[in-house]
Amino acid sequence: MKILRINMGAAGGPKVSEEPMGQFEGLGGRGLTSAIVAKEVPPLCHPLGEDNKLVIAPGLLSGTPAAISGRVSVGCKSPLTGGIKEANSGGQPSQVLAMLGYGAIILEGKPKDDTLYKVFISKEGVKVSPDNSLRMLGNYALVEKMKKDHGEKICCISIGQAGEMKMSAASIAFTDMELRPTRHAGRGGVGAVMGAKGVKVIVVSDAGTERRTPKNPEKFREANKKFAEGLKKHPVTGEGLPAYGTNVLTNVINEAGAYPTKNFMWGRFDTCQKISGETQAQTETSRGGLATHGCHRGCVIQCSGIFVDKDGHYVTKQPEYETVWALGGNCCIDDLDVIAQLDRLCDDIGVDTIEMGATIGVAMEAGLAKFGDGQASINLLKEVGKGSPIGRILGNGAAVTGKVFGVERVPVVKGQALPAYDPRGIQGIGVTYATSTQGADHTAGYAVATNIMKVGGYVDPLKPEGQVELSRNLQIATAAIDSTGMCLFIAFAVMDQPETFQALIDLLNGFYGLNLTADDVTALGKQILKTEREFNLRAGLTAKQDRLPDFFKKETLSPHNLTFMVKDEELDQVFNW
Amino acid sequence: MKIELRLYASLGRYLPEGKEGNSCTVEVQPGTTIRELFLRFAIPPEARKIIFLNGIHAQGDEVLKDGDRVGAFPPVAGG
Repeated sequence: MKILRINMGAAGGPKVSEEPMGQFEGLGGRGLTSAIVAKEVPPLCHPLGEDNKLVIAPGLLSGTPAAISGRVSVGCKSPLTGGIKEANSGGQPSQVLAMLGYGAIILEGKPKDDTLYKVFISKEGVKVSPDNSLRMLGNYALVEKMKKDHGEKICCISIGQAGEMKMSAASIAFTDMELRPTRHAGRGGVGAVMGAKGVKVIVVSDAGTERRTPKNPEKFREANKKFAEGLKKHPVTGEGLPAYGTNVLTNVINEAGAYPTKNFMWGRFDTCQKISGETQAQTETSRGGLATHGCHRGCVIQCSGIFVDKDGHYVTKQPEYETVWALGGNCCIDDLDVIAQLDRLCDDIGVDTIEMGATIGVAMEAGLAKFGDGQASINLLKEVGKGSPIGRILGNGAAVTGKVFGVERVPVVKGQALPAYDPRGIQGIGVTYATSTQGADHTAGYAVATNIMKVGGYVDPLKPEGQVELSRNLQIATAAIDSTGMCLFIAFAVMDQPETFQALIDLLNGFYGLNLTADDVTALGKQILKTEREFNLRAGLTAKQDRLPDFFKKETLSPHNLTFMVKDEELDQVFNW
Repeated sequence: MKIELRLYASLGRYLPEGKEGNSCTVEVQPGTTIRELFLRFAIPPEARKIIFLNGIHAQGDEVLKDGDRVGAFPPVAGG
């Protein structure tokens, strides 16, 4: 594997170079993006300035025949949190980049002017060319244009208008199996960093590519078989997720009384039935859409789907639970068609659905629109794409919007919006929100699994006891999984089935000819977190920022009428292993 | 006395007549436990992993009170 480096600020225009992995050999995904950012980016630099770098890295097993190995990591210093960022996405590019032999792409430097560039990567090499005709295109129109220019044997990594305008909620889109820009490295404003580098799109051609070959093909094949069987066998990855998608959680979290409703005012949303995963799957199926679908080739869980309108026309991919919550329940909107339109707009403009839903919730609390008003939400989101003054405010996220409009209840940690689980009803996820190196991020240590779904054991969600240890162990495991290119959902099977965890380790060993043990995987996770924590500390993020907003400690949440009860000094023990 | 029974995902099919979405109000005898309620509606064993009684995890041997809300899920997760 090799590293592709593109210096966008080089004299005479962008300069492309390739180098061996060197000291980064053996790293992939989040382990690699965080190592490169920690080594090469000055922690105190401006996130949109010449010293920040955007690193795109497939996982260790991406591009191999390993099941469900097509996740990609995007790293940089975050314009939203001011700390290190790893935003993770599905889609096709991870597999293709890895097959082309790239361990990472690094975009660096600052362009001399505001020319927009297109990067084209194929087996024949890398070409960076100016193309100002792409300016202010949404991701959908952009990808259509790339198809016309380059044919259909491509995949795209791109930014919409939000990335070009360097908004802190801007995402980076990765095209799916249908060559649509529906998969996003959503969190932390990574799209703004790509925009600051002047790169609108990276087109990757898969012409002539072949799967990477393992060092020990027999061991690898055997492990892959066991791994896929394990995912099929587990009721969550084999039945629940394929049938209903992630949105099956709407009813679960609502029933548990931890569904943040009306900008984190209540823990239940009375009409959530109308936007539940069950209703969503039935709606998709009855209209001729798809309720079971993968986000990349090689996925064996198939938690996604295709959402179509009443006439059967494509609207967007099946909106995720977090999206349905953020743009739905959090804003008291209970109309799946409105939520699908909002999801489509977010993908097109290139903004994070979680950040935008939380932001609209804050805007509604400020009185910019009424809670429950779907059309008003659509109009606000369109302003983001246009870049009007109000759109610019909203496009910079919940914290900025709250400050501008004088709202106290602003659900953010380190500037990043909380996802779809109230920490007063699920105390374990509150520990992850508070202490993650990423800002509020549910995926960083998904305590919901153990607190609510009893996966990987059980820790009572309504008590503070045991949550620090739970979050710590999950944060370590997640950092390791995020390095493999594996979808995080494998964790449900891996946590419950020791033989599936062993199959994952054997996949790595079979592919690289190694003898890793479970302890090595834990050590990798710890090393990544340590690297990220050190970067954040040097960037000015200390234990004082490892806290939830004040209101979670002061206002109780119905129906359980609890506050967040894990003490500050306990939060400070999360990384003390 | 009356309680509210909520069955989700693949368990939805076990809800009795008169259901509204995933919810149904059912009449139960005082002293009935959650397990007995599930037996009455032939709800399969996989429903026993995630049971909520008024939003709090239940084991199944809890005795129901008037106005209780019981929710059950097959093994599911997401995120």
